[in-house]
Amino acid sequence: MSMGELILWGLVKFVCIVLGWVMLVATVLTLMERKQSAAMQNRVGPNRALIFGKKFPLSAFLGQILADALKVLFKEDYEPVNGNKWLHRIAPALGLIPAMLMWLVIPFGPGPPPGVEGHHWFQMADLNVGIIFIFAIASMSVYGATIGAWASNSAFSLLGGLRTAAQMISYEVTLGLSLVGIFMIYGSVQLNDIIWAQGDMAWGIVTQPLAFVLFMVAAVAETKRAPFDLPEAESELAAGYFTEYSSMRFAVFSLGEFIGIVAVAAIAACVFLGGWQIPWVETPLLADGTVDYGWLTVAQVAIFLVKMVFIIWLQMQIRWTLPRFRYDQLMKLGWVYLLPLAIFNLVITALVMYVLR
Amino acid sequence: MATVQVERRELTLAEKLYIPEVVRGLVVTTRQMLKNAFGKKDVATIQYPEVKKVYPDRFRGRHRLTTREDGTVRCVACMLCSTACPAKCIHIVAGDRGGADVEKYPISFEIDLLVCVYCGFCEEACPCDAIRMDSGRHPLPSFSRDKQRIHKVQLLEDGVRSIARQGGEGT
Ligand code: SF4
Ligand code: SF4
Repeated sequence: MSMGELILWGLVKFVCIVLGWVMLVATVLTLMERKQSAAMQNRVGPNRALIFGKKFPLSAFLGQILADALKVLFKEDYEPVNGNKWLHRIAPALGLIPAMLMWLVIPFGPGPPPGVEGHHWFQMADLNVGIIFIFAIASMSVYGATIGAWASNSAFSLLGGLRTAAQMISYEVTLGLSLVGIFMIYGSVQLNDIIWAQGDMAWGIVTQPLAFVLFMVAAVAETKRAPFDLPEAESELAAGYFTEYSSMRFAVFSLGEFIGIVAVAAIAACVFLGGWQIPWVETPLLADGTVDYGWLTVAQVAIFLVKMVFIIWLQMQIRWTLPRFRYDQLMKLGWVYLLPLAIFNLVITALVMYVLR
Repeated sequence: MATVQVERRELTLAEKLYIPEVVRGLVVTTRQMLKNAFGKKDVATIQYPEVKKVYPDRFRGRHRLTTREDGTVRCVACMLCSTACPAKCIHIVAGDRGGADVEKYPISFEIDLLVCVYCGFCEEACPCDAIRMDSGRHPLPSFSRDKQRIHKVQLLEDGVRSIARQGGEGT
């Protein structure tokens, strides 16, 4: 493929994946989260924003989403007087861009099997660093929060920013280490290869159950949601690092967070739930070793999306079930329990693999 | 009183591990969510303007003035209610009715609902069952204070006929 074609396909895939699916899910999530929590707490949830006051299926859903969008668009965009104006302005983008970049390496459907040359139709780029790229990008999203917090010139924001930085750096270690066992077992860091290998062996959640738990805990901490929502603990810090944000910038911050949630779900689905693999279904191959695309591929993409939605639901459910940790408990959990457990998991995996070989 | 020593229970291993307890919590919330989403709802919310709750019989709602058999207002403008009113929100202008047994009637009868405290003293004070608070409605919202000052016409709007005897001998 020529350079021009590559760029064109990259753009098409970017539009389809990021704008078509990720943005859509993140937007719907802003409402679904409220609806889900309402159902959990015997409430009704938002149901008043009907389109033109008409009742038809989903009218309250669409109406609420549109109303939210209109509301944030027309609100005053407040900038703190003594804050740093420019940093304050770019901080939301610094939070959103890493969240969107993470999607670069996530495969939505089968690419060519490991060792076979071919085009990745369902992945924007099959980087050879694979999932390590995601970690690199994810750790950059801390800048958006801390810079935004600092530029706001407010005590609440500053405290929130400090907490964000400390928490994200602490849990990144566990997040990374919990996946190393996966890399060892499946012998690759490229998500496409990992998913193919999961079809041959077993899903990640079977081979590495401890890693799954560690990953989910660390991932919830990374997305800064309850029980790890100290950076934006509303009862202590108003809204944490984005206290001084309003209007569209606030929306961009929260959109970035929701995209982060979806991204975490995508990674977990890829690494632990077999990505687009359907259990006991072989992916048909052509004579030259590449995938024979057909209706099965559609089913595979659909099953990947279903797995993703399930993980998102799980994250939401956890967020509305558990109370917030105290800050010392948070740090203790991260460094004293999760990190040694991750290393322990690594050692055990290595031992078992050595014995089995 | 002496200090009470609270015996703290030691956490079991499963509780200390935290994950089983998390799962237990998730089961509770998920069960509730599924019940509300698909089964019988536990939601107690009443969608107010569309669905209204029937108030209990003794609810003191918006006032109304009762009428006689011939449809005239029953109030005789005796000012007992406005005297009894602790909020001083009843304003009556009395006029001559020209009758033999019932001499007066209210030319205007106004209640400022924003000032009223819904104590019900007015209906207690009324000697001829002319003012009642059993309409079962609370005052509607409005965009101006003037609209909350309701007049005789509005008070009569949802009025009922009272069959208690009035005027003449023995009453
Ligand atoms: S209810 Fe009480 S405050 Fe209201 S008008 Fe009657 S006497 Fe006055
Ligand atoms: S409503 Fe009753 S108490 Fe008040 S002025 Fe009329 S008759 Fe008298």
